[in-house]
Amino acid sequence: MDVVVEAVIKIVIVFGVVLTCLAYLALFERKILGWIQLRYGPNRVGPWGLLQPLADLLKFLFKEDVRPATPNPILFSVAPILSLVPALMTYAVIPFGDRIELFGREITLYITSVNVGLLYLFALSGLGVYGIVLAGWASNSKYSLLGGLRSAAQLISYELTLTLSVIGVLIQAGSLDLIAIVRAQSGTYFGLIPKWHIFWYQPLGFLLFFIAAVAETNRVPFDLPEAETELVAGYHTEYSATKFAMFYVAEYANILAVSALATTLFLGGWNGPGVERLPLLGVFYFAMKTAVFLFIYIWLRATLPRFRYDQLMRFGWKVLLPLAFANIVFSAAMATTA
Amino acid sequence: MERALFLIFALTAIVAAFNILLRRHPLHSALALLVVLGALTGLYILLGAYFLAMMQVVIYAGAVLVLFLFVIMLLNIRAEEARLERRPFFRWLAVPFALLLGAETFYLVRTFEENPSPSGTSIGVTEAVGRELFTTYLLPFEVTSIVLLIAILGAVVLARRG
Amino acid sequence: MTTIPISWYLAVAAALFTIGAVTVFVKRNAIVMLLGIEVMLNAANLTAVTFSSYFRELGGQILVFFVMVVAAAEAAVGLAIIVLLFRHRETLNVDEAQLLKL
Repeated sequence: MDVVVEAVIKIVIVFGVVLTCLAYLALFERKILGWIQLRYGPNRVGPWGLLQPLADLLKFLFKEDVRPATPNPILFSVAPILSLVPALMTYAVIPFGDRIELFGREITLYITSVNVGLLYLFALSGLGVYGIVLAGWASNSKYSLLGGLRSAAQLISYELTLTLSVIGVLIQAGSLDLIAIVRAQSGTYFGLIPKWHIFWYQPLGFLLFFIAAVAETNRVPFDLPEAETELVAGYHTEYSATKFAMFYVAEYANILAVSALATTLFLGGWNGPGVERLPLLGVFYFAMKTAVFLFIYIWLRATLPRFRYDQLMRFGWKVLLPLAFANIVFSAAMATTA
Repeated sequence: MERALFLIFALTAIVAAFNILLRRHPLHSALALLVVLGALTGLYILLGAYFLAMMQVVIYAGAVLVLFLFVIMLLNIRAEEARLERRPFFRWLAVPFALLLGAETFYLVRTFEENPSPSGTSIGVTEAVGRELFTTYLLPFEVTSIVLLIAILGAVVLARRG
Repeated sequence: MTTIPISWYLAVAAALFTIGAVTVFVKRNAIVMLLGIEVMLNAANLTAVTFSSYFRELGGQILVFFVMVVAAAEAAVGLAIIVLLFRHRETLNVDEAQLLKL
């Protein structure tokens, strides 16, 4: 019984923190975009615009929910949920830190550790496509359908690279369990360079993972499913109010999850100086490393123009995929010779 | 608890499978198959086959079914019209034969009535499956790659022709 | 924790297989027929996994893995054929696609 209570408390805490982070991630993005474009960004609601997420939430909740004339009203309502749920389920296996002592109990700073952790994440990322594809179909609009079709093709193409780029890490860690992968990255080489995978053998794997992850989350420069210059807003053209908010939150949830995953796989997760003595410090390191990725995401958005669709496909299949295969061969060779 | 989960997954699978049969629109059938696959994933987990459960979602739900949806949307297929079948008699003949097939399989299943499924440590963890796959079943595994290669070639050739 | 009799799993598999078979028999839409085949494959997979976990022998699960791979290949080729069929005939009804030449 204690175990169940502990798990429920952890789930509630993780959800609360993650949802708050998502709300502020949206503000963070608008602020940084503003600064990069020499503007202020939102600064009206609260000091430095800090209450903006609350205002956004209220706006989304009280707007009119416009429904298009669609033959599939149920699918139209289910699609945003199908998009949001896998995105939030990701956080069940992400390790935010090691274990701490609290109230005489040993408490792990992750919801659960599963033997097939990474496969679980790939399974969820595969399911995420359904929300987008069905939204495109159920909206009964040409723009939405094109956005959904593009998204299906893009996600399938880049998921290959995403999966293959991680295999090098798996070879070195020898486990699919994310906690074991983080543990494999503790310590330093020569007392100086941390034993993170990005520094040791896997810089190419990291680069491939990050590019594929940007494409998987439909972000600039791979945001073709919602390219506003051609498709209005892509698959969520017809959505408004709460349903639109769900897509919006799902997008940020995916970004945060992918950043956290990149931190876990390549940047040593919670590892850092002093973590052995003070495990709670690990959560701080984890958050900082994840924040770096989030910043890079936004930076990309402010800097890069969008790919054309044929460029996107050619880049995915003819550049990223062969490189991912080369990386696997290289990692296997290093693992057998070491 | 385990039984309740089993019943939930089993009933979901069967109801969804009926939906594949009864729906007129191929897209709805495909979505019903998605539900079947999800329910089967649950059953695999109950059986301790964790690796397969995840592969089921990754391969079937994540790739194969998305391909189905993609084709359905690409061709913009409408729901089937209730038009006159060419040979309606044969079509309805299928139902009694199906019932016969169902009865037969259930009869065979009954012979296992007395055996309770043993519980305990699961054998379907990634490490064990991987070890078997790359030792005992190495040759079939390599042959699979040829199968996939041929399938890719076949699909590309067919797509080029059109 | 209670254990579940092996026959329950097999019964579910049998029911799924039958429904899949009926789908293939009754439906004339090529895509839905392919879906029926997938259901039949999955029913067979469930049987294999059940016996695999019952006899504590991994062979069954390996078999399922191979079935999934073959199913993926089958879907890729099958759907390519369906797209081609639709382009030429503007129909997915397999009864109307009985001519060998166009």
